Amino acid sequence: MNTKVNFAGIEMKNPVTVASGTFGYGREYAEFFDLGKLGAVITKGTSLKPKSGNKPSRVCETASGMLNSIGLQNPGVEYFANNDLPFLRKFDTKIIVNACGSSIDEYVELCKILNSLDIDGVELNLSCPNVKEGCMAFGNTYEGVKKVTSEVRKVLDKPLIVKLTPNVTDIAEIAKGVEDGGADAVSLINTLLAMKIDIYKRKPVLANNTGGLSGPAIKPVAVRMVYQVAQAVKIPIMGLGGIMTGEDAIEFMLAGATTVSIGAGNFVDPYTSIKTIEGIEEYMKKCNIDDINDVIGKVEMN
Amino acid sequence: MPKQVLAKLEKKEEIIKDVYKFSVKANEIVEDSKPGNFIEIRVTDQVEPFLRRPISIYNLDKENGILEFIFQVKGKGTELLSRKEIGEKIDIIGPLGHGTFKFDKFKKIAVIGGGIGIFPLYELSKEAKENQKKVNCYLGFRNKDFVMLEKEFENVTDKLVITTDDGSYKNKGFAIDYLKEDMEKEKYDCIYACGPLPMLKAVQKYAIENNIECQLSLEEKMGCGLGVCLGCAVKTARSPKDAPEYFHVCKGGPVFNARDVEI
Repeated sequence: MNTKVNFAGIEMKNPVTVASGTFGYGREYAEFFDLGKLGAVITKGTSLKPKSGNKPSRVCETASGMLNSIGLQNPGVEYFANNDLPFLRKFDTKIIVNACGSSIDEYVELCKILNSLDIDGVELNLSCPNVKEGCMAFGNTYEGVKKVTSEVRKVLDKPLIVKLTPNVTDIAEIAKGVEDGGADAVSLINTLLAMKIDIYKRKPVLANNTGGLSGPAIKPVAVRMVYQVAQAVKIPIMGLGGIMTGEDAIEFMLAGATTVSIGAGNFVDPYTSIKTIEGIEEYMKKCNIDDINDVIGKVEMN
Repeated sequence: MPKQVLAKLEKKEEIIKDVYKFSVKANEIVEDSKPGNFIEIRVTDQVEPFLRRPISIYNLDKENGILEFIFQVKGKGTELLSRKEIGEKIDIIGPLGHGTFKFDKFKKIAVIGGGIGIFPLYELSKEAKENQKKVNCYLGFRNKDFVMLEKEFENVTDKLVITTDDGSYKNKGFAIDYLKEDMEKEKYDCIYACGPLPMLKAVQKYAIENNIECQLSLEEKMGCGLGVCLGCAVKTARSPKDAPEYFHVCKGGPVFNARDVEI
């Protein structure tokens, strides 16, 4: 049975990764299992300089999911390079750094540094809904996405993945901007912009008023978008949004994803990613599939 | 190091209306736990309600590997939890939190709690007492219907003062006022507090103004409980100046030095 996939030039032992912002830099979950079991670890969104993040409350629970408005709190790329990267490198897994910035210059500057580090790829975060500048501001037009992607491409030799926001009218068009900008892959979806109101205080629960919705509540939206993007671009796709099981992962792969990411599911059960890998293998056995690559994009539309 | 355990529910008791005490068998968690640590409970194997519930540890029976926690039914998560039956397995991660109650260097301590915030103070009082500390305890409740665990706290403290806001049971008024009264003669080395925010603020202000050591157990909405999602942020006092802008209750806390946080 083969579960290996080649994603944007990154050889992974299986298609399961963990989503940016739901796994830190791996330390906390390494207390539960060997990170070497994962196809790849995608780091917390990392910026050129440290970021403090948004005012609390930053998270709340919603129906089959949660809202977050962390605001990209992170220690900055220098701290990552000196402290977290050596730790992650101890494990036999691929390391993809989620990169965020507030201007094109910042993205370029950051990716120049990332290009010099011992990492396996960069995921460009053009889709965080919780910061005022950058990110989603670039991520919601074809031109904006193409521009940032192509500028970063000039300084980055490593595999380049661009993470898309679902908060757009036509995600397939945005994905084409990524492809035309020269990226190697797309990942989708980031969280859906959302709000929860405390009806007794008559105020939004999150201090930032709005936040990003994740968890099983968004899975059907994510699957649909992965399918649409798969029809529109030739570059490979990393699918994510509410994956809790191997069956969920297979759904994304049938829709066209080469790899998948576990996000909020990590919070509910530290072993969700490991259980997903096992679940994928069980599905392959059950359906007599020898190679996981034979599942990718094989949905037959009605 | 936190562990995920399927812990068998050994005993359950509704100690006052809608407040339950659970005793579970969880050797792996108990052996590592310190006063102030908390646990995270998954109340269902479905995806609704989605997140784990952070709940403080009430009592550790290290000899028998029994962990006790007490919770109030507030929403659908705690409602589901309250319906668990004896013998059922409960999915628990713990112990969590690196900031725990510390009392080694003190001789005489004051413990103050309010309402459903009093639970983590029991293990603190018990362990401090076992370590020959003098423990005086001040517990405040809304009215007589909310008073709980009086006998239990009596057994692990040198002095117990119970207050009710309306005076319907024992002393009328706020617990902090009784603590202040005793301070003059008792000269406590440290005050430990857990409870509603107004009480914590009052204790913090009093301790800082009078230069008394003080440790506060805080609460904030949590995503993961492990220090990963960075959801449960609490503002730091920014002193020294290069301190980070936020700590996280689940990792740096839940117990903080009163001087270090802005609440």
